[in-house]
Amino acid sequence: MKRYGHVVALDGVDFELYPDEITAVIGDNGAGKSTLIKALSGALQPDRGEILLDGKSVRFRTPGDARRSGIETVYQDLAVAPSLDIASNIFLGREARMRGPFGLVLRMLAKRPMRREAARHLEELKIGVQSMRQPVENLSGGQRQGVAVARAAKWAQRVAIMDEPTAALGVKETRQVLDLILRVRERGLPVILISHDMPHVFELADRIQIMRLGKRVAVVTPQTHTMPEAVAIMTGATRGELEQALVKEGPPVRLPAEEGA
Amino acid sequence: MAFFSLKSDRFLQGPNLSLVLQQVMVVGVLAIGQTLVILTAGIDLSVGTVMAFGQIVMTKLAIDSGYSPTTAILLGILACVAFGVLNGGLVAGIRLPAFIVTLGTLNIAFALTHIYSNDLTYPPGTSGASTLPSALLFFGRTFTIGHTDITYGVVFMFVLFGLAWFALTQTAWGRHVYATGDDPEAARLTGIKTGRVLLSVYTVAGLMYGIAAWLLVSRTELGDPNAGQTTENLDSITAVVLGGTSLFGGRGTVIGTLIGAIIVGVFRNGLTLIGVEVIYQYLVTGILVILAVSIDQLTHRRRL
Repeated sequence: MKRYGHVVALDGVDFELYPDEITAVIGDNGAGKSTLIKALSGALQPDRGEILLDGKSVRFRTPGDARRSGIETVYQDLAVAPSLDIASNIFLGREARMRGPFGLVLRMLAKRPMRREAARHLEELKIGVQSMRQPVENLSGGQRQGVAVARAAKWAQRVAIMDEPTAALGVKETRQVLDLILRVRERGLPVILISHDMPHVFELADRIQIMRLGKRVAVVTPQTHTMPEAVAIMTGATRGELEQALVKEGPPVRLPAEEGA
Repeated sequence: MAFFSLKSDRFLQGPNLSLVLQQVMVVGVLAIGQTLVILTAGIDLSVGTVMAFGQIVMTKLAIDSGYSPTTAILLGILACVAFGVLNGGLVAGIRLPAFIVTLGTLNIAFALTHIYSNDLTYPPGTSGASTLPSALLFFGRTFTIGHTDITYGVVFMFVLFGLAWFALTQTAWGRHVYATGDDPEAARLTGIKTGRVLLSVYTVAGLMYGIAAWLLVSRTELGDPNAGQTTENLDSITAVVLGGTSLFGGRGTVIGTLIGAIIVGVFRNGLTLIGVEVIYQYLVTGILVILAVSIDQLTHRRRL
């Protein structure tokens, strides 16, 4: 299998990402998920340690640096520019200029090509919106996050990071965004999904990285572990507590072995 | 408008409308700078006094210091740009609130104006024809269409509005200004260098105040240390808000501002023509601003 990216972040957390895979990162509040993701997306710089991308050491001083390295991030709080239209948001920070003197001298935007390209891209991801000229603030929360995911999918060359992408959404809208994430995976892009929602994680993820107190405590898959087991590892519950929890939940499937902490 | 034309025969006549535009031109150009700043969710309280400083610099240098008029004008504009850079540097670099920064620079510019001018107007004790070099008065010159005199300053104001419209709607920089005002954190995470955007916005605003200073000198034919203290400050903000630009940033157009500036001008002119005293004009503009801001606030709330 091709080794797509190899990332060493704070706390000695290893990350192996493969194409066509969604790697979920779960952990309690304060487990270090956000810090890890922020370091990967350039939103903050680690004090120690390094990030390796395709075996090469990279350093992200700004989110722009990470983006230039092909890492795109979708944030939970709908990080879009509400008053700008959909096409502008898809191309925000990467605007295409017109060819010829209008672009070179007057620095005019190539609005129509950008709108056309944005429409094509959104259609490919099956995001239904009326017009590329609609301001994003007139969209529903799900559509808005759809635009953010579409932007990430458009520009991510190596990794798309989804940081709690559905946290601010309702049930139906969450469904739309989850389906969208699956379509992004189909395009062969490795996805990192950070979420609190265990059912979603188990539905989407190919592998689940469990973090606790700033360390990676286990990597499991939905096939080898059940949800309660994963939660137990995440919260650091003792074996006894875990057994009790499983009794309440129904017949125990398999107790977690000592995972490679 | 209909109201004023009913109340005064002179209102809709060419010469009066031309006069309105001459009164609008200074506030209009200031309001371009103010629009940019407000689009980034900031506010610039220093507009009027910065312009006054630029005006004193160019007139005093042209008269006292033996600089060529062109150099004097450029240095005057440069002084305003320097204030813009200072405002922008403090807002973007140290992330101070624009309100506080520009309240500070308002006072600094005010003090510098009076210190540098020794509280004198330039040329001192003017009566009759101005002794200012003609370059400084260029924008007060007129050409005639029909029976109406139009000053070059008014034409230049429209050109500047056109340029600002172009920059805001047709270039990536414009998009970034809107995005920064919309949600600075989201803009930063998209990879936009929001600090640079803010600095550029305040710098361009400073440039506009410098140009407005030149226009003001052209119109009044003197450099007055007491210019631009209340009327221009308030009117530039009023024009922007009446023009539909949101004080929360990210929404608005310079075309709206142009209309807003004309409304303010029409208002003042109309009130004068029907014989309302100046002090009541302040009263009315004050109420107008609060009304406009309330509408902005209410529509914004509904949207969320």
